[in-house]
Amino acid sequence: MTLIRTKIGRRSFIRSSALAGGGLMLGFSWFASCKNAEEAEAVLQMPDEWFEINGFLKIGNNGVVTIMSPNPEIGQNVKTSMPMIVAEELDVDWNNVIVEQAPLNTDIFTRQLAGGSQSIRQGWQSLRMAGATARQMIIGAAAQAWGVPAEEITTNAGQIKHEGSGKTAGYGEMAAAAVNIEVPEEVKLKEISEFKIIGTSRKNVDGPKIVTGQPLYGLDYQEEGMLIAMIEHPPAFGMKLKSFDEEGVKAMPGIKDVFSIEVYPDDYTKLWADATVFDELVVVVGASTWEVMNAKKALKAQWEPFEEYKDAYDGREQIVPAGLENTSEHYNKLETMGAKLAKVVRRDGDPEAAFKNAARVIERRYSCPFLAHNTMEPMNFFAHVTDEEAKLIGPIQTPEYMEKSVSARLGLPLEKIDIQMTRQGGGFGRRLYGHFLVEAAVISKKMNAPVKLVYSREDDMTYGVYRPSYLATYRAAFDENNNLTAFHVRAGGIPESPLFANRFPAGAVDNYLAESWEVGSNISIGAFRAPRSNFIAGAEQSFLDEVAEEMGKDPIDLRLEWLAKAEKSPVGEENDYDAARYAGVLQLVKDKANWSTEQPGVHRGVSAYYCHNSYVAQVLDMTMEGGKPVVDKVTCAIDCGIVVNPDAAVNMAEGGIVDGIGHAMYSGMTFKEGEPQQSNFDRYRLIRNSEAPKAIDVHFVENEIDPTGLGEPPFPPIMGAVANALYRATGKRHYHQPFVQERSLKG
Amino acid sequence: MATYNLNINGKTAQVDVDPATPLLWVLRDHLKLVGTKYGCGIAQCGACTVHIGDGAVRSCQIPVSSVGEQNITTIEGLSEHGDHPVQQAWMEVDVYQCGYCQAGQIMQASALLKHNPNPSDEEIEATMSGNICRCGTYTRIRKAIRLAADKSQNS
Repeated sequence: MTLIRTKIGRRSFIRSSALAGGGLMLGFSWFASCKNAEEAEAVLQMPDEWFEINGFLKIGNNGVVTIMSPNPEIGQNVKTSMPMIVAEELDVDWNNVIVEQAPLNTDIFTRQLAGGSQSIRQGWQSLRMAGATARQMIIGAAAQAWGVPAEEITTNAGQIKHEGSGKTAGYGEMAAAAVNIEVPEEVKLKEISEFKIIGTSRKNVDGPKIVTGQPLYGLDYQEEGMLIAMIEHPPAFGMKLKSFDEEGVKAMPGIKDVFSIEVYPDDYTKLWADATVFDELVVVVGASTWEVMNAKKALKAQWEPFEEYKDAYDGREQIVPAGLENTSEHYNKLETMGAKLAKVVRRDGDPEAAFKNAARVIERRYSCPFLAHNTMEPMNFFAHVTDEEAKLIGPIQTPEYMEKSVSARLGLPLEKIDIQMTRQGGGFGRRLYGHFLVEAAVISKKMNAPVKLVYSREDDMTYGVYRPSYLATYRAAFDENNNLTAFHVRAGGIPESPLFANRFPAGAVDNYLAESWEVGSNISIGAFRAPRSNFIAGAEQSFLDEVAEEMGKDPIDLRLEWLAKAEKSPVGEENDYDAARYAGVLQLVKDKANWSTEQPGVHRGVSAYYCHNSYVAQVLDMTMEGGKPVVDKVTCAIDCGIVVNPDAAVNMAEGGIVDGIGHAMYSGMTFKEGEPQQSNFDRYRLIRNSEAPKAIDVHFVENEIDPTGLGEPPFPPIMGAVANALYRATGKRHYHQPFVQERSLKG
Repeated sequence: MATYNLNINGKTAQVDVDPATPLLWVLRDHLKLVGTKYGCGIAQCGACTVHIGDGAVRSCQIPVSSVGEQNITTIEGLSEHGDHPVQQAWMEVDVYQCGYCQAGQIMQASALLKHNPNPSDEEIEATMSGNICRCGTYTRIRKAIRLAADKSQNS
């Protein structure tokens, strides 16, 4: 039995009864009713009264339970899996549970953020405790009512029982009394073997609403008297607003106003989540989206290049260089930097000597373009700002941070900022950066009206906070017996480096060197699903494939050999992975993919990677049909500890794999004179249904380790598997993404 | 501005809009039928797919003035109780991740099955390749369509 102190603290577990209106938990928005309000009502009898046991849950007098899902839902399915964890420890029947999106409340919930694959990992303990604490209070209420010791009371699926007296009750009958029970100092958590909900597949709680087109998303939100706003941003990075002509536009049908806004004034100190280089925008406000779109096209705005400036961020100053950048120049810079000595981040042994004395050295360079996130739901946000308060509703991955930004920008206290989270039509990191939320607030304030800010697809794609463009140079040294004697990675990018110096094969190689470099840029960049890993994993895993080939070894066996060394006698002390778990997924994928059995015409590539606390190995089977590569099958092995919702976890892995194949093969953003050259899906190629693998087979390592995330880990390694399978299918190594239009590398 | 009487989901709806307004925005802004999604505005992503008659169309490309008396079906009207075989299959397979594109996927898939009750894998892939799913649920979309085809044939 696990005893855990309820370190969340009493302040967090606010108790209030439904009689007091349930405080902030009740009726906070029309998005609140969740597990399909309509359907839930059809199946579940709604209670007459709700009793809020703590901020995470309330119990109805009839035993129906409402569980709050604290974190933003961007498609990673935390709205189902996080409440499952609470329900497990509360010990209720999942069919009696309604899920609601929690409000933003940092007093109750910790880390209400979607990012870094951390929701389940970092929520695990507090979600369990929330459920277990409430269960303990229900038991306490029953013990008082029945005059029996609490220790003798058992629960099962929402039922309370005292064996000795034969007394039984439902949770609903004790809910009113439970509210007044002292919050326990310690709670007992279930043994993993006792889990009844965790580890079983539960359907997405929003499913019935999704398939019937209910208004779930920010872009769907409407309010009486609401206006539509759109922005016009500089057409190129490196430019700012000079002037604009509002007159003709203001007279167009449905148009209410045209003006410019300072999103972030010069004296504003940005938080990291405010990342943008478009601080001043032109705004068109009108009655309907179509009218505003038309008016926006008629705008005559003048733009001019800006001079280099320093942008004030919390704790640092960022230099934004002047200039209108071109992709061709970017690649020249990447290649120049990739060939030069850079900043040494890690050195084990004497790699320089090993390279000098090597019998043979191989050197390869890998690169990737900028990427736009391209969430299917473009950026948008609803705002209603008055002199006293601000209400904001929409899709944002970082509500905690943006609450601070809006507060600072509007000069309103934090408690007057109400941010409500909608379901989000994709995130992938783009909605970590909430400038659009500040824009909506500033526009609403200026209009003195409720406003929904809507980005067109073109706005969304050309006002990116893009995945940077990277280049990595890998070198390996061999002795005359084909043993590896040194390993060298030198990686950098525009404007940040993708290097993780302490990841495999660091720790497995005696002579190891890692260097890092960066090139400045005025193109706004940020986190994109599995930041940095989303490039370096594919590069590294492709290079390891060549190293194995050079050494005449099977690529899985070579990795296992190195991981065995890293486990038994690791080089260095900073290695950030668990070599045994890393080897575990490789062994599992080797087994499940029947790696040792060759099939005629099937070309296989393997890849494995560790990031965001989870381990993933993949084998990709490729066939050639009419000269075109077809992905027949991907076999995937994952170690993310305990799997909370298995089928949903498989879904995340499948999505990550399809996403990774798509970006490795087809996608990229290029710039000419600072202007994004792809502005919609006609020129920006995303993977389509017919290009996705014919089959994806996902397996999980079974263990009892606390769960880690899955939003990101299955995504980076597949790019290496694609490259390695392509090599076997075509005889040609692919180094530069996207592979279908691989640029020629000079030199 | 002009007045149009549209036949949508078995009912008549009157709107007074610019004749060039795409059906998508008439649905979303004027009729509050927001299940039909905006994704690209240039018929490249399929998020805005609805039925006109029995056919799947991209509502972002249909000026309201061209619709006339044709019957329009949106995701809200695909079935009365959310139990069209395609909707059921989508829930059974738990297809969605973010879910934003799925109304368009479901409308495309249901039109496919109406014309071709038992499509081959190739036909499914070809028909569904006009609908982007950024989350990458393509293998589940195919599986759900095959399941829906089975459901329809066995019912």
